[in-house]
Amino acid sequence: MTEVVIAGIGMTPVGEHWDLSLRTLAARAILSAEKDAGGLKPQALYIGNFLGSMVSHQANLGALITDNSGLGGIESFTIEAAEASGAAALHMAYLAVSSGFVDTAMALGVEKVTDMTDGVEKILATGLDFDYEGFEGVTPAAQAALLMQRYIYQYGVGHAAFNWLPLLAHTNAVHNPNAMYRKALKPEVLQSAPPVVDPLTLYDIAPYADGAAAVILTRSGLLPKKPVQKPVRLLGSSVITDALALYDRPDPLRFEAARRSVEQACRQAGILPGDVDLFEVDDFTSIYAVLALEAAGFALPGEGTQLSERGHVPLLTMGGSKARGCPVGASGLYQVCEAVTQLRGQAGALQVPGARLAMTQSLGGPASTAVTHILKV
Amino acid sequence: MEIPRHWRLKKQRYALVGEVCPHCEAKIFPPRDVCPHCSGEAKTPYQFSGQGEVYSYTVMNDAPAGFEENTPYTVAVVKLAEGPMVTAQLTDLGAEPVKIGMPVEMVTRRIRSDGNDRGMIVYGYKFRPVMQ
Repeated sequence: MTEVVIAGIGMTPVGEHWDLSLRTLAARAILSAEKDAGGLKPQALYIGNFLGSMVSHQANLGALITDNSGLGGIESFTIEAAEASGAAALHMAYLAVSSGFVDTAMALGVEKVTDMTDGVEKILATGLDFDYEGFEGVTPAAQAALLMQRYIYQYGVGHAAFNWLPLLAHTNAVHNPNAMYRKALKPEVLQSAPPVVDPLTLYDIAPYADGAAAVILTRSGLLPKKPVQKPVRLLGSSVITDALALYDRPDPLRFEAARRSVEQACRQAGILPGDVDLFEVDDFTSIYAVLALEAAGFALPGEGTQLSERGHVPLLTMGGSKARGCPVGASGLYQVCEAVTQLRGQAGALQVPGARLAMTQSLGGPASTAVTHILKV
Repeated sequence: MEIPRHWRLKKQRYALVGEVCPHCEAKIFPPRDVCPHCSGEAKTPYQFSGQGEVYSYTVMNDAPAGFEENTPYTVAVVKLAEGPMVTAQLTDLGAEPVKIGMPVEMVTRRIRSDGNDRGMIVYGYKFRPVMQ
């Protein structure tokens, strides 16, 4: 199998970018990734985006973004897998490069949320089964609340058992220059947090925000003799789907697609999940992070919340979606860019010592789509 | 307005009509094209009893666009007596607190209006506590 390497990464800060459009956010991440790769330009651009056609009234992003970013004429189109769109775009870039179809491909995740001042929740609910979930007034946050309520009931844990996840995310984001909330949380703030969708509180749900992140892939033999950055190898890339609707799953508390996606990506890489030095888990909500940790095998079902006491692999090393901010369809590529930063040893105060092997996992909906990547330096 | 869409779904929405798989006899709701259990083609209509119990629930205080007039409302995943689960709002709750495992039954209720105040009123299933 041809070795696929990440030659460059680029990110914009995550936040409410009132002054930046979808296309400009995209261009900033693209140009920054090209520069990081020593001027390497892609022959194909795969764009992960969920909301553009609804929030910005803009489809056909391939033509728009390539033309605006100085890449006019190359192969480019949108990949949509709800919140996992960006990670799914990386999978496409991986296929294009590993097959030999192109020498260099870029995956871009871009999301512009703040062009609408209200009504975004209804648009995000298009990632659910519209006829049978969205129609009933259910939103992504409500789905997470339904799962958390059941988890608390079935396993007899209290809501406080989830608090270590937002605490960890906010502690790490303090040192991430691209993070939206660079402020640590006090544990007592979590105890009095206002409920949003019972039992989810304000700190259980990642804040939606604008952002763009890009990754350039090429084959190892094509890198210059002295690459600008330490190349990071992409050893595994897996996209797995589950039933879209929660009610259609035999056991909604088992993230089956997340489990199978970890298994497949690890098999490709020839590793076990326990071998990784860090895991960028999807913390769109704290219950999803717990269920994903269980699915990946870091805890038995019902025991995921106990990982804070038992000790665990480094997680959410740059603040996760909770504190870095959640640029919806771009969040999967932020995870990958952050893992690359760790593996290159460029994470500064957030550096995981000796990090050589990383896993990232992005979920579309409650793991209706799960995308897992394995990276190694 | 999305009249064809609501019209197309009226049997399942008004009367909880699903399917029974002609190959493996699994009860299926909502209707599908392929049986999730045996992968055979699913097409035989089946009338569900409307009896079930609450698998999980939450209360929506901050409703998405189109549901503001119902706020606050309770949504639940209900496990039907015949096996499948369904997502629906709970209604007629009175003072009784919702509990996981609580027996509920299906009723047909107004879900929302499609579009503005001149839009079509869309009806569908909700579930209420079983009268003791």
